[in-house]
Amino acid sequence: MSDMPLTGQAATPAPAPSRPVPFRGGGFKPVPVRYLGALVIVALIALIEWGTRTGAISNLTLPRPSDVLGTFRDLWVTGLLWEHLLPSLSRLAVGSALGVSTGIAVGVMIGLFSIARAGLVPLVAAIFPIPKIALLPLFVIWFGIDEGSKYALIAFGTFTPTVVSTYGAVDNVDRTLIRMGQSFGLSWWSIVRKIVLPGAMPGILSGLRISLSIGIILLVAAEMLGARYGIGAYILEAGSLYDLERLFAGVVILSALGVLTSAAISWAERRLLSWRV
Amino acid sequence: MDLCLDSLSHRYGAVEVLSDISLTIPQGRIVCIVGPSGCGKSTLLRMIGGLERPDAGAVLQQGAPPADCLNPLTFVFQDFALLPWRTVAGNIELVLEDHALPRDRRARIVADVLARTKLSDFRDALPKQLSGGMKQRVAIARALAVNPAVMLMDEPLSALDAQTRELLMDDLIALWTRAPFTAVYVTHNLAEAVRLGHRIVVLSRRPGRIREVVSIDTPLDARRTGDPALEAHQARLWQLMRDEAEAADKELSNV
Repeated sequence: MSDMPLTGQAATPAPAPSRPVPFRGGGFKPVPVRYLGALVIVALIALIEWGTRTGAISNLTLPRPSDVLGTFRDLWVTGLLWEHLLPSLSRLAVGSALGVSTGIAVGVMIGLFSIARAGLVPLVAAIFPIPKIALLPLFVIWFGIDEGSKYALIAFGTFTPTVVSTYGAVDNVDRTLIRMGQSFGLSWWSIVRKIVLPGAMPGILSGLRISLSIGIILLVAAEMLGARYGIGAYILEAGSLYDLERLFAGVVILSALGVLTSAAISWAERRLLSWRV
Repeated sequence: MDLCLDSLSHRYGAVEVLSDISLTIPQGRIVCIVGPSGCGKSTLLRMIGGLERPDAGAVLQQGAPPADCLNPLTFVFQDFALLPWRTVAGNIELVLEDHALPRDRRARIVADVLARTKLSDFRDALPKQLSGGMKQRVAIARALAVNPAVMLMDEPLSALDAQTRELLMDDLIALWTRAPFTAVYVTHNLAEAVRLGHRIVVLSRRPGRIREVVSIDTPLDARRTGDPALEAHQARLWQLMRDEAEAADKELSNV
């Protein structure tokens, strides 16, 4: 090897063929695609409209989207929309405010105190899988047929998922930050308020997304039993008359409600969690 | 205020991590603690700072800390430990908020430590906007804000790249030269130890015992990288540690 002249390499007759290194690093990374979500919904509605108009879809299986829109316009014009929507919104607001606030409080307690954790985690695990709708008759007896039982049902249903996500979020707060707080002699309350709670906020907010969706589901369930006004009552009435246009108008309102709460939480996340990398 | 470690020993379950450590940390000096990985240097530092309890022995404060000292034993962590939701100034205010200080005094302290660490232009930046070196500067500023009697530095430069480490070492030397502080500086980097340490304590591998204490008399601001005297010290320290480090590396971790 060592006695081979260096110049010998330069004299190699044919240069080896060169080709570019193939790229193989793409994919596996979600990129935002604008308007596609809305386009899918619009296309689906257009397909149903076309199907019901040509008769490919019978009027008994699906209502015509334009008729649903007409029903919706009637609701708006007669003011019936607000008569149904406002009680529903207030029930959702009061019930989920009760459930979420007690849920966050209990979740933080479980995260901070070993005694609360040992005592309450099994209880929460026992309550979580109970279908809260099954308890509605019981709530009616406990809290009355009026608003009380509806608030209680929504509060109870949003409480357990909030507890679970909150104590998970508290557990996930960076321990080195808590050690830092202790090493600077911060008081216990300062550490909780300035380190634990802001650190748990991402987990609490993403838990809120699930809790509020459950709240909407339970809202309708509660209103199907003993309510004159409310989206649930409206849907139940339309269903028993087999009035598909009105039924679908109610369903569209519910899904709009879901989209709105999700957007509200996204907004809160952008405001509160702008510090995230 | 001097610190005195009186025959500290500690074990995690069946594993003895520290054995009979006795050491004095004199005021105004930087004591470096070096040793192979897993020899209990960080545990030792946490005990000095009261974040962990030794099984036997005690850490004693001799004399009173200075009058305007808000937190006598103050840590600088390897991973900076900055609150990501607070700005640079907010992170420094955090450690002042629990003390009843007049508002203007608090603002003066923040402005002063930001100026000393050359961070005044970044007071409203969030940690995510800063480089690693800047984050550690913020952590050092936060430590200076409480005017500590002893700074406990746990591998403060280990998470940084080599160039940034050089720059921050110069900064630390400049800070010390202007106002000598007392520090215990844990590191596994011997170059850092010979640049910053007045005394270098070499620990053996687990269980950590003091193998040797090396004193370097060259003033901090006269030390340069590549200085033959320092190189000789570093070579000697490496000699002391080499076999231990090799043996420690081959040990199975049973934590």
